[in-house]
Amino acid sequence: MYPYVTGTSVVALKYKDGILMAADMGGSYGSTLRYKSVERMKPIGKHSLLGASGEISDFQEILRYLDELILYDNMWDDGNSLGPKEVHNYLTRVMYNRRNKFNPLWNSLVLGGVKNGQKYLGTVSMIGVNFEDNHVATGFGNHLARPILRQEWHENLSFENGVRLLEKCMRVLLYRDRSAVNKLQIAKITEDGVTISQPYSLKTYWEFSAFENPAQGAIGSW
Amino acid sequence: MSSIGTGYDLSVTTFSPDGRVFQIEYAAKAVDNSGTVIGIKCKDGIVMGVEKLIASKMMLPGSNRRIHSVHRHSGMAVAGLAADGRQIVARAKSEATNYQSVYGEPIPVKELAERVASYVHLCTLYWWLRPFGCGIILGGYDRDGPQLYMVEPSGISYRYFGAAIGKGKQAAKTEIEKLNLSEMTCREGVIEVAKISIYKVHDEAKDKAFELEMSWVCDESKQQHQKVPDDLLEEAKVAARTALEEMDAD
Repeated sequence: MYPYVTGTSVVALKYKDGILMAADMGGSYGSTLRYKSVERMKPIGKHSLLGASGEISDFQEILRYLDELILYDNMWDDGNSLGPKEVHNYLTRVMYNRRNKFNPLWNSLVLGGVKNGQKYLGTVSMIGVNFEDNHVATGFGNHLARPILRQEWHENLSFENGVRLLEKCMRVLLYRDRSAVNKLQIAKITEDGVTISQPYSLKTYWEFSAFENPAQGAIGSW
Repeated sequence: MSSIGTGYDLSVTTFSPDGRVFQIEYAAKAVDNSGTVIGIKCKDGIVMGVEKLIASKMMLPGSNRRIHSVHRHSGMAVAGLAADGRQIVARAKSEATNYQSVYGEPIPVKELAERVASYVHLCTLYWWLRPFGCGIILGGYDRDGPQLYMVEPSGISYRYFGAAIGKGKQAAKTEIEKLNLSEMTCREGVIEVAKISIYKVHDEAKDKAFELEMSWVCDESKQQHQKVPDDLLEEAKVAARTALEEMDAD
């Protein structure tokens, strides 16, 4: 069992009004950056936002399961609706049970949301490991983004500072993760709902002096 | 209208000499004894209302929902045996989600009505199953616009622009025929349904307390089936009560 079309890291953090999440729009086919307009973050119900890395077809299947879950929840028509904590728990059960049958959904999921003023941010991996935290990331994001977040995240980040912090993480990932593409979306979820930005690119800088004339000390190398 | 079918009414698999299946007719009587359920098709959607007769003062208002959403775009109001109704609603929900997962679009209302009708009919074919003792008014909004269907315990289903089942169905049908539904919006329809259920149809002498439950699916609700918003419901109830008082004052 192995994945075919995959998405790379998702990074998310809690800020003053809710959750901010960022993911690029790449779908890699092995080492080929084949699909460049894949939306890897989707709103779930009224209160949650799901971002996924890993196999894109499995993500689409998860969206179908969640669609049915939310539909049944809506049909009660009783004023209640599933919050991010409940959706996260459901996803954990699904991922863990599939793993136990040796047929995993090959994804790492990030589930964020706000309900009744309570912010929630959690993650589930393909083997069912789940936890919640103030900032989470999947894949390479764990290695490259989380150290930045550990240093620079604090409570009650403003929207602008939160976006700036996420862009800093995504820029590092763009430089260093070979499956990253320079076309990303940033999504925010607050009590009022979900907004997913239009795709845009980050500015990159390649004129660092340390990289000028790299073969200076060792002629013939690169 | 009722005839004693002695000997031919013991099983749903027996025809009487004059070609009737009495068990199905008796099932329809169960529907006639329940509170009135009304459905109308307005210009921009469907409005359904149920006269919920309250058995005990200790019942919590808002409990015992009689109108259920079957998918985002459609809903069913049930009259008759409530437990039988629950079973049919569960089946309808399952048919709707199955259609969505196979065909990738919400089930067309016509298709849903056919599936519900054939399920109800199924239970009139075997001697070990009894017919469902409930009538259903199904309203939905799909690509072909708003549609209203009614399914009877015999399993037949027709498309209507106005339908009523239960105790006050005759009085309700007379009133609905007077309305100009093709020009009416759902907002106006909600008020009309309340007026009909509250004052035309409700018998103050026989059944004292009742609760009015209404739902709609229209352009205003973004083609989603939902309970009529509380403020509009209140407005409708007030309008209905004033109309009732005016009528009594004459």
